[in-house]
Amino acid sequence: MALPNEKVVISGVGVISCLGVGIEPLWEAMLQGKTGLMRIERFDPSGFSSQVAGVLAEDAFKVRKIVPKSHRKATKVMCRDTELAVGAAAEAVESAGLTTAGTSDDPPTIPPERVGCHIGAGLISAEVNELAAALVTSKKEDGTFDLAHWGGEGMQNLTPLWLLKYLPNMLACHVTIVHDCQGPSNAITCCEAASGLSIAESRRVIQRGDADACLSGGAEDRVNPLALYRQHCTGRLADTNGSGDISAIVQPFSQNATGTIIGEGGGVMIVESTSSCETRGGTPWCSIDGVGCRQSFCDSPLDADPNAIASAINRALEEAQCEPTDIDVIAPLGSGIKQVDNAEREGLTEVFGDALSSISTITTIPYTGNCMAGNGGIKIGVAAKALQEQMLPARLGAETTEGIDAGRCDAMPMKMNKVLILTVGEGGQCVAIVLGRIAS
Amino acid sequence: MIRIVVTGMGWVTPLGNDLDTVWKRMCNSDSAIAPIERFDASSFPTKFAGQVRGYDWTQYVKDATIHHSPAMNSQFALGAAKQAWEQAGLGDFAGLNTERAGIYMGAGEGVLDFSAHSMIDTHSWDVEDDMVDPVAWAKFARERLDEWGEVEQEPNMPLWHVAKEYGLRGPAFNCLTACAASTQAIGEATSVLLHGDADVMLTGGAHTMLHALGITGFNRLTALSTFDGDPKKASKPFSKDRGGFVMGEGSGMLVLETLEHALARDATPLAEIIGFGSSADAYRITDLHPEGRGPAAAITNALEQANIDPHGTADGKPLVHYISAHGTSTQENDSIETKAIKLVFGENASNVPVSSIKSMMGHLIAAAGSVELITCIMSIQTGMLVPTINLDNPDPELDLDYVPNVARYAHVDCCVSNSFGFGGQNNTLVVKRFEL
Repeated sequence: MALPNEKVVISGVGVISCLGVGIEPLWEAMLQGKTGLMRIERFDPSGFSSQVAGVLAEDAFKVRKIVPKSHRKATKVMCRDTELAVGAAAEAVESAGLTTAGTSDDPPTIPPERVGCHIGAGLISAEVNELAAALVTSKKEDGTFDLAHWGGEGMQNLTPLWLLKYLPNMLACHVTIVHDCQGPSNAITCCEAASGLSIAESRRVIQRGDADACLSGGAEDRVNPLALYRQHCTGRLADTNGSGDISAIVQPFSQNATGTIIGEGGGVMIVESTSSCETRGGTPWCSIDGVGCRQSFCDSPLDADPNAIASAINRALEEAQCEPTDIDVIAPLGSGIKQVDNAEREGLTEVFGDALSSISTITTIPYTGNCMAGNGGIKIGVAAKALQEQMLPARLGAETTEGIDAGRCDAMPMKMNKVLILTVGEGGQCVAIVLGRIAS
Repeated sequence: MIRIVVTGMGWVTPLGNDLDTVWKRMCNSDSAIAPIERFDASSFPTKFAGQVRGYDWTQYVKDATIHHSPAMNSQFALGAAKQAWEQAGLGDFAGLNTERAGIYMGAGEGVLDFSAHSMIDTHSWDVEDDMVDPVAWAKFARERLDEWGEVEQEPNMPLWHVAKEYGLRGPAFNCLTACAASTQAIGEATSVLLHGDADVMLTGGAHTMLHALGITGFNRLTALSTFDGDPKKASKPFSKDRGGFVMGEGSGMLVLETLEHALARDATPLAEIIGFGSSADAYRITDLHPEGRGPAAAITNALEQANIDPHGTADGKPLVHYISAHGTSTQENDSIETKAIKLVFGENASNVPVSSIKSMMGHLIAAAGSVELITCIMSIQTGMLVPTINLDNPDPELDLDYVPNVARYAHVDCCVSNSFGFGGQNNTLVVKRFEL
């Protein structure tokens, strides 16, 4: 089996977050240093110790409006995660200037069988209202749940396609149908590392010749009681009722950090071979120069491993054929989870040494919340935008951070040719990606 | 040229928890399908499944205390991985570069505590508002749910447990493309090796949906068999009266490595992976494309990568000697899969034996593909094709050689293994007898 090693670029960026649909509203907010976090209004969060999230306004995004008429009925069986993925994919396709079945009836820019789709997803939590409405029909008079009734009659109150809403591959499934992507498709489920791993896999799929372009990234919604509770179980969330300075709740790399905040959102990129992009007259945002993936070796799946992080970065640098000194900006996970932040700092220090404190960083979670599987997609979209604009967005969080330049700052113009993106997932997967500027 | 070989295999299945036992039972046309014992399913439309029995995960790990109460899918993965690791001789191999040893799992989510969730949801239901009171819900959740059990729900937890057990620090992925997941994991693990990103990959799948909410979900989809006779007769792929799939559970794990790495440490290659094809149906969320477009593309792509002409012959026989079918026993899958095989193989199709082990152990969902690939390799090693049992009433529209009811001897050098997922992801692997 011979494998070509063609250069792969990002030719379209689609982001959806609490700050709006598309990269622009998020980017504008990041230039102004304006967080999208707020106290949860989707349900009463007062039973939880962490009551703040990154939530997209109800009226800002209606998935029915962005899918072809033929797929509108199917939106009824989309969970929120899928809606977000479909939204981000639509933005990416438009940004790349692609014609697909999802944009018009015109012939597609790229043959459907040459378009792949890799959408990272999370453990999709069932909507408690939907499931409870069915379960409650099997509640006995004494208040206990009657499994016998559920098996015989109760389950009939659950919509027949209920399960299909919650399979993690449904994000990719709907996106492939909307845009008629018939090439390789996958649903990588590795928490915060899912988007980065998806983009890594899309790149390899293209390099091995199985596709010319892929819709690639991830999305997740953690803003429902069950998903919020599951995050609570990890002990990673910041306790807050939303009072005080909401932009300082998540403090990446601060010794005063108290945890992270959940969010909903994601990012889908058009990952494309250079030749395909050139042939169709596309304009690449940046190149994907190197990728490194490693697994943590820790006592807990909730912990990150500095050695794995450093090894992933070194592999990405090796692939990108560059030295640590070539990296102009770093976009770490920067979640505000102290153990993970410390591991990132330690791993980065192993690679960059004392120079780490003089390399600027981009942190997104203080703006969007931790969108888990969508996190990497958002981060990569922002990094691609920063490379294109040659601008470092403002940072929120703590005033100062030790050993890494991740404290609060205003947006500023900055020359950057290489950006290192780091995503470290619950479960221990680490992905480092080097993006390169493409001179106009 | 980099070649990828399999050097270890292991499985935990409803038919048994070691290679020999399961293989013998399949060769004897034995069925593992029996009444569900995991929970009281007596009122459910489906009351039977392929359940793993007599399995103790703690016997398959060095120190159970480092694993923090793994969910059942992780328990299965640890058992299958141990068998594969040992068969590969890696347990005694001190020279492994752990940063060049990765893992690619196609594992499902953990087991949801339905008893606790149903209590929490119903007790927090506000009759007046006709919805859950989230404050009450949170209170009951804190009281009733096991916090670590919820963490173990994440689909990448089997990966963590297996990587922890063997110190794997290389590239690590988990995918969950429903029923196609572990075939996709193995295919992409092959790609990781081919690109030089690792020397060794531990790969496969693990899953159980054998719990009240899992059975509920598939019952509501009307995808599960509700056969009311002998459960052993319920899974009947390619039969005219097939009525849905039968739930199974378990794990299949394989050690893949580059031939160079295997030979350098004197490992014995069991087979060689020579092709992987992947496609998406991109059609409908509930249906396969009526012409089998996606499955046919996956098979075609895999054969192209393997450099095998589906229409070619050697000594009058097709170049592919066996197809392990996805063969779920649903009306749609078996019909479309047959159509896709005919589309790809043309006149050769009727001369390629095809069988579905789901007839004997049920559908292991995310883990199905890895167990089926191991079946292919066992066929190459033993010269035996395992049957599709319960094929007493063939569907006249489905006219391939499905190895009905009885295992048979055959010379097998090259096999195709198909997995097609709910949601439209299709994956096919091609494996062949190893020759230096």
